[in-house]
Amino acid sequence: MDIGKILESLVNNTRTLKRVSYAVLALTVVIDFFISRHHHVFFWEDIPGFSAVYGFISCVLIVVVSKALGHYWLERSEDYYND
Amino acid sequence: MIDWVHPSVFLILGALFLPLFKGKAQRIYIVLLPLLALLTVMLMSLGVHGVFNVLGFELIFGRADKLSLAFAYVFSSAALIGAIYALHVKDVSQHVAAFIYAGSSLGATFAGDFLTLFLFWELMAFASVWLIWSRRVKASIEAGYRYLLVHAVGGLVLLAGIIILYVTTGSIRFDALQVRDAAFYLILIGFMLNAAVPPLHAWLTDAYPEATVTGAVFLSAFTTKTAVYALIRAYPGTEVLIWLGTIMALYGVVFAVLANDIRRLLGYHIISQVGYMVAAVGMGTALALNGAVAHAFTHILYKGLLFMGAGAVIQMTGRSKLSELGGIYRYMPITFVLYMIGGFSISAFPLFSGFVSKSMEVSAAADLHLTWIWLLLTLASAGTFLHTGLKLPYFTFLGDDCGARPTEPPRNMLVAMGIAAFLCIFIGVYPDWLYNMLPHDVEYHAYTATHVVWALQILLFTGLGFFMLVKHLGGSPMISLDLDWFYRKGAGIFMQFVYRVVVPIEDWFIQVYRSVFRGNLALGIKGLWLDKNVIDGAVNAIAAVVVRCAGALRQMQTGQLQHYALVMVGSLLILSLYSLF
Repeated sequence: MDIGKILESLVNNTRTLKRVSYAVLALTVVIDFFISRHHHVFFWEDIPGFSAVYGFISCVLIVVVSKALGHYWLERSEDYYND
Repeated sequence: MIDWVHPSVFLILGALFLPLFKGKAQRIYIVLLPLLALLTVMLMSLGVHGVFNVLGFELIFGRADKLSLAFAYVFSSAALIGAIYALHVKDVSQHVAAFIYAGSSLGATFAGDFLTLFLFWELMAFASVWLIWSRRVKASIEAGYRYLLVHAVGGLVLLAGIIILYVTTGSIRFDALQVRDAAFYLILIGFMLNAAVPPLHAWLTDAYPEATVTGAVFLSAFTTKTAVYALIRAYPGTEVLIWLGTIMALYGVVFAVLANDIRRLLGYHIISQVGYMVAAVGMGTALALNGAVAHAFTHILYKGLLFMGAGAVIQMTGRSKLSELGGIYRYMPITFVLYMIGGFSISAFPLFSGFVSKSMEVSAAADLHLTWIWLLLTLASAGTFLHTGLKLPYFTFLGDDCGARPTEPPRNMLVAMGIAAFLCIFIGVYPDWLYNMLPHDVEYHAYTATHVVWALQILLFTGLGFFMLVKHLGGSPMISLDLDWFYRKGAGIFMQFVYRVVVPIEDWFIQVYRSVFRGNLALGIKGLWLDKNVIDGAVNAIAAVVVRCAGALRQMQTGQLQHYALVMVGSLLILSLYSLF
């Protein structure tokens, strides 16, 4: 089957794609409650779902901090260096 | 019988004969050169080869141990992949420059002394700038000059360090530096500049986006990773690198949010990824150093793949900005899928190469109980997926239709991307192939249940965050300031300052001098007259009076006792008469 057609059908079925994605997200957290933890260094390694929360917070933090830095300080027009 | 051949011979000397070939023969020759270099590396035996005594220096061109061979292996592979990707390019000078660049990178890798290293180090800078200039637009020419100037300064600092090292220790052997003297820090600064460690990083994101489509693929592979190799060799366990590397990993991530040019975004992620390697060099444990080598190895392959994907988009659409791209997956589906393999690899998804390499460095941080380093490196890895795995492909290939109707790139470009993509998955699925090449014998298992679940949670929930914030994440037609401001704008502002402030002040001083000091000159002449005629006159007059009085008094001194007695009696008589009245 043509790669283009597979991609096309994926893009056209975003609702199904979304549902599958949410199911996978939930699954990774659920599995976390059942895996055995033999060796750990940091206390949070024992908390199921910690990395899910950490990943989400990381993402939001990076976006907010960077956008704020850009908006208030670093962003300039594209001709800035050509003037 | 020759028992050892330097692989750079094929790339550097071989490249010089490239213009002699035409057409199909030239294309065969272009693939043959890096292939021969790769074979030479694969067949090379461990040991020290190619030792020459020149002017009392022992120059070592061929130190082949597990560390240099691992880097040489991936460097020559990258040269082969890059050459295939560039096969359609008609401009012979670009091929020559790319091969000399790759060859000098191999030369630096096999160098056993600092002078040989320096020789190839400089050759890299001068060959690579050609890949930037070859785009032949004003922005590239200017960026190329800045790139060259920055590397010239870095090279000088490195050379100064090497000279001091030689003067103080009498040795130029390229091994771990122990004594923390001036040489230690100067050479470290030279290496850090090429590794793009902030604040010495801005040359990378300034110049790489301005390079040719094929040139940027070579640039992404060699300069920074040769510097990582040099740091592993000379500075293992230098603690300051742990924090510098972690800051670097975050710095790249923050600036990647603001980047609109797709290759500038990828450039910031070179800085971010090399940050992990620099931090691992600072940790210095066997696992950390193995991690740095493994990460450099996989990074060269997936970053090359990402630059090839971005380059294909730029070549086929003529656009390079997220704000001008979108919706082209329909026209370039193979490019999109191959790019995504690179995106999943750099993001360290299980079954992709980043997962088995980057995790070694993070595990090494855990073993050393470096809590903050561990948390910040994990945070940065969320940022990696956010940009190279989500933002860039979403706004380039998916998102709103930008109106461009490109086709897939030439077959050779797809083949090169295919080879890199295959290696990314192959290493991800069969990491032992990579682990066997690493310098230290350390047991490490990437695929444990906790690690896989951990990585999936971090990445997938980053993805959730992305799609929640996607409206705010599109590229905007802006640029963000970075430290290159200091020599791009800062230098101009400094000159303006000189023209508008320093020069007027100087003029003012000249005026003041002319009026006040020249007036004073006239005054001085008067003063001189006054001095001569009044002050000197007065002094001289007093002196003359004293001389005359002394002469008169001298006349009074007769030296006869009866005269003195007469004066004394006379005086007593006058004083007693005075007291009576």
